[in-house]
Amino acid sequence: MDIQAIREQFPILNQDVNGHPLVYLDSAATSQKPVSVIKSLEEYYRQNNSNVHRGVHTLGTRATDQYEGARDKVKNFIGASSTEEVIFTRGTTTALNMVAYGYARHFLKEGDEIAVTPMEHHSNIIPWQQAAKYTGAKLKYIPLEDDGSITLESVRSTISDKTKIVAVTHVSNVLGTINPIKEISQIAHEHDAITVVDGAQSTPHMKVDVTDLDCDFFAFSGHKMCAPTGVGVLYGKKALLEKMEPVEFGGEMIDFVGLYESTWKDLPWKFEGGTPIIAGAIGLSAAIDFLEEVGLEQIEEHEKRVVQYAQEKLSEVDGLTIYGPKQRGGLVTFNIEGVHPHDSATVLDAEGIAVRAGHHCAQPLMKWLDVTATARASFYLYNDENDVDRLVEGIQRAKEYFGDVF
Amino acid sequence: MSFNNLDTLYRQVIMDHYKNPRNRGSLEDESVTIDMNNPTCGDRIELHLQIKDGIVEDAKFEGEGCSISMSSASMMTQAIKGQQVDDAMNMSSIFSKMMLGEDVEDIDLDLGDIEALQGVSKFPARIKCATLAWKAMEKAVANEEQQ
Repeated sequence: MDIQAIREQFPILNQDVNGHPLVYLDSAATSQKPVSVIKSLEEYYRQNNSNVHRGVHTLGTRATDQYEGARDKVKNFIGASSTEEVIFTRGTTTALNMVAYGYARHFLKEGDEIAVTPMEHHSNIIPWQQAAKYTGAKLKYIPLEDDGSITLESVRSTISDKTKIVAVTHVSNVLGTINPIKEISQIAHEHDAITVVDGAQSTPHMKVDVTDLDCDFFAFSGHKMCAPTGVGVLYGKKALLEKMEPVEFGGEMIDFVGLYESTWKDLPWKFEGGTPIIAGAIGLSAAIDFLEEVGLEQIEEHEKRVVQYAQEKLSEVDGLTIYGPKQRGGLVTFNIEGVHPHDSATVLDAEGIAVRAGHHCAQPLMKWLDVTATARASFYLYNDENDVDRLVEGIQRAKEYFGDVF
Repeated sequence: MSFNNLDTLYRQVIMDHYKNPRNRGSLEDESVTIDMNNPTCGDRIELHLQIKDGIVEDAKFEGEGCSISMSSASMMTQAIKGQQVDDAMNMSSIFSKMMLGEDVEDIDLDLGDIEALQGVSKFPARIKCATLAWKAMEKAVANEEQQ
């Protein structure tokens, strides 16, 4: 992988921030966008903008072709069986909520159980908390090991015949833990439970094949994988999506509308009420082209190397705690002894280095780690070892700075 | 931005309040307690006030957060202790103005150490850290008045 050539595709990276060349280490929050994605939006709005699925005019046909073409691209990208299984959403949060509303609230009852893990992002906890409250089902947590991973033994001992839904993240946005989705799905299916996978942190960084994972629902966001904000995907197995109720009602999703009764369109459109996220889907399609041209396997390998280098370099820094397992996705969450993560992030920002500080939308996990907040550096295909070196220098300066003032 | 700019944020007096917080703890005879957090970053403050006859007789805080939020809480409790509730509220609005980068000279109230936080206004991402304690104070006063 030619990192320099890749970096040139991301014009935003070529700037100084606070007098230093920008080091962007916050891709787990949102990734930067390559020129091809930015251009795809411009081209759509300059030449093809129109509403989809209705106009008989030429622009309407072009927009529809592009929008449905994007769906087909997503289908191939994640290994779904058909485009009926690919629903465009606003993002991962919306996708997970759709399952919680349209599936869990309709089919769960008192005595049923929903299993989640303490490492979930709030978006894969709260919809289930709410669904549990609404249906009388019980929320259960698969316990974490000391390093923040889960074992299949723990999965087995948490899931029972009462379990109807197992909601788990593919890759933790804080610890970087990569969960064994395929095995978890297998255990869930032995108990006739379904799996709902938060793929927000995996899909941008590794080859995902939902058929191989055998998960029942899989959600991800475009903006973390080089696409614009405001577009995401809910994949679901066709039989389940057919059972699932729409969450939004209105235009686009209807078949026949009467005064008192209406019927829905077929999959996937019954879940896409209102004018859909046309430009977003087209941008996502361009992002998939870009990532596939580089190669998901190559991206995964590259990030593995960078994160391993980061773990090595950061573990040499005195007074620095790294959270999470050794084998991980492309991010490192840490704290500097005696320096609050907001303060370290501010000092790093003064050095042109963008990291995230806070609870990372994972308050239960913060509690488990027994910290109020952490700092997180997350990597993507445009980061390399030089960025890690700058981070380590920045951390040293934060230590010096706060060492001085104390 | 150089470290000199950082110095406008992390003034010595701020670091002193962070390291040696004043009025940290709880009150036995408090009249009002407010728990407030900054949901975007996890900073949390529990503010205890003893308000009697329109005067803040005592103020203490507990909680966790960054140097800015905790030093601001320390300074705030120091500043409002012994003040009329109205003056405490005035200080809060002056503090808000300070965070917007407005000039707050020529005022009658003694702001004491609080002025050291003026530099925060140049760091938009950190303003919420500095205002957390003041927001808690405002809410505590509002709750007290409702009772």
